[in-house]
Amino acid sequence: MYETIAFYLFSALTIGLFLITVMSKNVLYAMTSLAAGMVLISGFFFILGADFLGVVQLIVYVGAIMALYSFAMMFFDATRDIKERNTNSALVFALGGLSALVLVLMFAAPIYSENIKALYPMHESIGNAQDVGIVLFTKYLVPFEVAAVMLLVAMIAGIILAGKKMDQSLTEDLSADDEILTTKDAK
Amino acid sequence: MMETLVYIALFAPFAGSLFAALFGMSKRQVFVGIVASALLFISFVASVMLAIYVVKTGTPIHVTMMEWINAGDIRIPFGFVVDQVSVTMMVVVTLVSTVVHIYSIGYMDHDKSFNRFFSYLSAFVFSMLVLVMSDNFLGLFIGWEGVGVCSWLLVGFWYHKPDQPREVNPSISPSWAANEAFIMNRIADLGMLIGIFIIYWNTGTLQYDEVFAQLPYLPQWILDAAAIALFIGAMGKSAQFPLHTWLTDAMEGPTPVSALIHAATMVTAGVFLVIRANPLFAMTPEVSFFIAALGTFVAFFAASMALVNRDLKRIIAFSTLSQLGYMFAAAGLGAYWIALFHLAAHAFFKALLFLGAGNVMHAMHDELDIFKMGGLKKVMKWTYLYMGIASLALAGIPPFAGFFSKDAIIETAFNEGTYVLWIILVVTAGMTAFYSFRQVFLTFLGDERYKALGIHPHEMYKFVLVAMSPLAVLAIIAGFFQPWFHEFITTLLPDYEMSHHTHELILVLTAIVLAFAVGGIVLAYKMYAKGLKRDPKVENSFIYRLLANQYYIPQLYEEMISKPYAMISEALWQKVDLKIVDATVDTIAKFFYHTGDGVRKMQTGNLSNYLNWMAVGGVALLVVAALSAVIG
Amino acid sequence: MIGLEHYLIVSAILFSIGLVGVLRRRNLLMLFFATEVMLNAVNIAFAAISHYYNDLTGQMFAFFIIAIAASEVAVGLGILIVLYKKYGSLDLDDLASMKG
Repeated sequence: MYETIAFYLFSALTIGLFLITVMSKNVLYAMTSLAAGMVLISGFFFILGADFLGVVQLIVYVGAIMALYSFAMMFFDATRDIKERNTNSALVFALGGLSALVLVLMFAAPIYSENIKALYPMHESIGNAQDVGIVLFTKYLVPFEVAAVMLLVAMIAGIILAGKKMDQSLTEDLSADDEILTTKDAK
Repeated sequence: MMETLVYIALFAPFAGSLFAALFGMSKRQVFVGIVASALLFISFVASVMLAIYVVKTGTPIHVTMMEWINAGDIRIPFGFVVDQVSVTMMVVVTLVSTVVHIYSIGYMDHDKSFNRFFSYLSAFVFSMLVLVMSDNFLGLFIGWEGVGVCSWLLVGFWYHKPDQPREVNPSISPSWAANEAFIMNRIADLGMLIGIFIIYWNTGTLQYDEVFAQLPYLPQWILDAAAIALFIGAMGKSAQFPLHTWLTDAMEGPTPVSALIHAATMVTAGVFLVIRANPLFAMTPEVSFFIAALGTFVAFFAASMALVNRDLKRIIAFSTLSQLGYMFAAAGLGAYWIALFHLAAHAFFKALLFLGAGNVMHAMHDELDIFKMGGLKKVMKWTYLYMGIASLALAGIPPFAGFFSKDAIIETAFNEGTYVLWIILVVTAGMTAFYSFRQVFLTFLGDERYKALGIHPHEMYKFVLVAMSPLAVLAIIAGFFQPWFHEFITTLLPDYEMSHHTHELILVLTAIVLAFAVGGIVLAYKMYAKGLKRDPKVENSFIYRLLANQYYIPQLYEEMISKPYAMISEALWQKVDLKIVDATVDTIAKFFYHTGDGVRKMQTGNLSNYLNWMAVGGVALLVVAALSAVIG
Repeated sequence: MIGLEHYLIVSAILFSIGLVGVLRRRNLLMLFFATEVMLNAVNIAFAAISHYYNDLTGQMFAFFIIAIAASEVAVGLGILIVLYKKYGSLDLDDLASMKG
């Protein structure tokens, strides 16, 4: 029963918050509702028994990604409303509505599946974190490492793209160079 | 061993052609001619050795070089057969070709396309050998086309000569003449192809022996149709009426070409075809009689035009046309071995005649009008001797070769009871004697009309005269081999013997023919030996002008065929090709261009637009997936 | 009770909301927000399927999606900064230099 209540509550809140994200003219409102929505999604994960995933969602999405967006928001005057040109609302809502309808209809039909064998079955005795750890570091090791490299590359790219005066060194003391050069010329 | 000889005989000229082609763009190198002639001599030796083998053992040699077409039921190999008929042709072709090659070394010595000439000439010999040695109709057709192409290349050898109006030069120009020869041959080849198709369709094979074995089981009208179609092909190659105008125009080519192609080899391909396919023609008596009648008509027709012609080579060309008519007459009447014998003998003395005319031309700096020559025997003794021998052979005076071969044909006409043909052939023999000796006397005897033009003629090089000697010898003695040849060739060809009735009258018949021939020579001597006397009244008479202009047939062809065809082509080009075909292609291209131009407007550079399109596409796919899941 | 369909329907609705946002928004930053919404919707679906089939593969997938989303945000915001420095505005209509 708790599950039912939690599910409906979370879904209603999530849908509402994401609607605000998408429709609002104010950057601050949009961002805040996005963060809140992500927290609620983490709640979904906890309902579904994916503890580790939920915690990762909180840390990475809410903690890191939303922080990044907050820094990006510094480009705007938070009090002013964003003026957006009139898009073709009818087409947009028609597309969205149609896709929603089709998908919902597709998923509403009960899914019959016989003899689906789980590839990496869950073990109830050990916790979810342990389970995930076992699979992640044995079967999914290579994607894991590749993802790590990708994150490294993204970090470097982010630094380079955003940094200023990148051709000058930040660590060396440049004044010493000038002194050496002038003493050389004097000799 | 024999197989190797076959390949040597066949491919030595090809090797010579390729070798000469390497030097095609360089300036004249004598060794090119020597190498080509040497390779041809090797081919001749191989042919003689094969001939000796066939004579001794009497069995033909079959060689299959490789599989060519093997698709479903069709099986056509590249095969060659050396039997009595083909070995006769091989020996004749290679002998005359060797002589002509050596001759050309001397004749073409001032020509800057010397190397190219030998390449074409050897290629021609190769094609002719393929034609003769092939053991199926399609191989024969390949050789047929090959000699047509080489003839075009060789007749148009001096392609840079410009077109002239018909009054100045009846053949307009070498390239025009070459085109005319090729196109006329092509028209006839359509008939030949139809004949080959009919044969294949009804017998399922194109190998000679297999086809002939199946002939008795075919309905008569199929045989008639095949025979007519094949003969149309022969008509083109051997220049029978109405496809005869190209032969005289082909004299625009160099004289060795005329000697080899238009006397001894290519034009005899039609006769060879009839002889080769003799089982077919033997079963279609009406078609064969038509062939004989046409041949007789052509013999008379050509001889009539030669009576008044002034051009040295053209007279000889008309005489070739006439003698081809004789050969077809013999083949049409069923005397195939006699036709083949006359083919061989004629090759020798006609080639000799042409080469002698070439000597005269070379000495007279390419002057061809016999009214401008005369008295040349003082400077060109040997050429006079050669041309005299050849003309005697042509006229049919014993004991020269022509007497035995031509007389046999005329006797055949008598023997078959076709007395009309016999009479025409006898009269033509007289005309032949007249015009050949008219030419000899006007050129070599009488007053020296060339002196007024400032030409200083001299005899041809010694080695050329030596090279021509085998032909002269053969022109004299070939007739004595007739009985031996008769026995040799009738192991393969059907025999033809004169009836008892003819045998009784043989002396009378021979005397009649000889009378006509000798009478012709005497008349020519009386009219021309003392010199040229021109009579304007005769020259302007209707008959004279009719004959001198070839019965106005070339002009007729131009008005009735060439001009309307050109008009139709032009009209089709303007109305159909430009307006319909080109327009269709252009429309398709324009359609694509405009479509692309229109779709280009989709690239707005605006990310939002692109996302819109992506979403539209994605949702469409989603709907399709859902629908197909529901329906399927 | 709560079956797999429920979760999937919720995921579908959130996905469509994200789609509407992507199509509507003219501001680049707001566009990124809508993209995040779509990614999260998919994550829910994966976790739900993983739960109902007792298979860890779904969660693994969700992990990697989170990792990818993180790096995408990093690089994307970097590009956004450069774009803002160059063009002075973040409106998509002003950034249409690839018009062809």
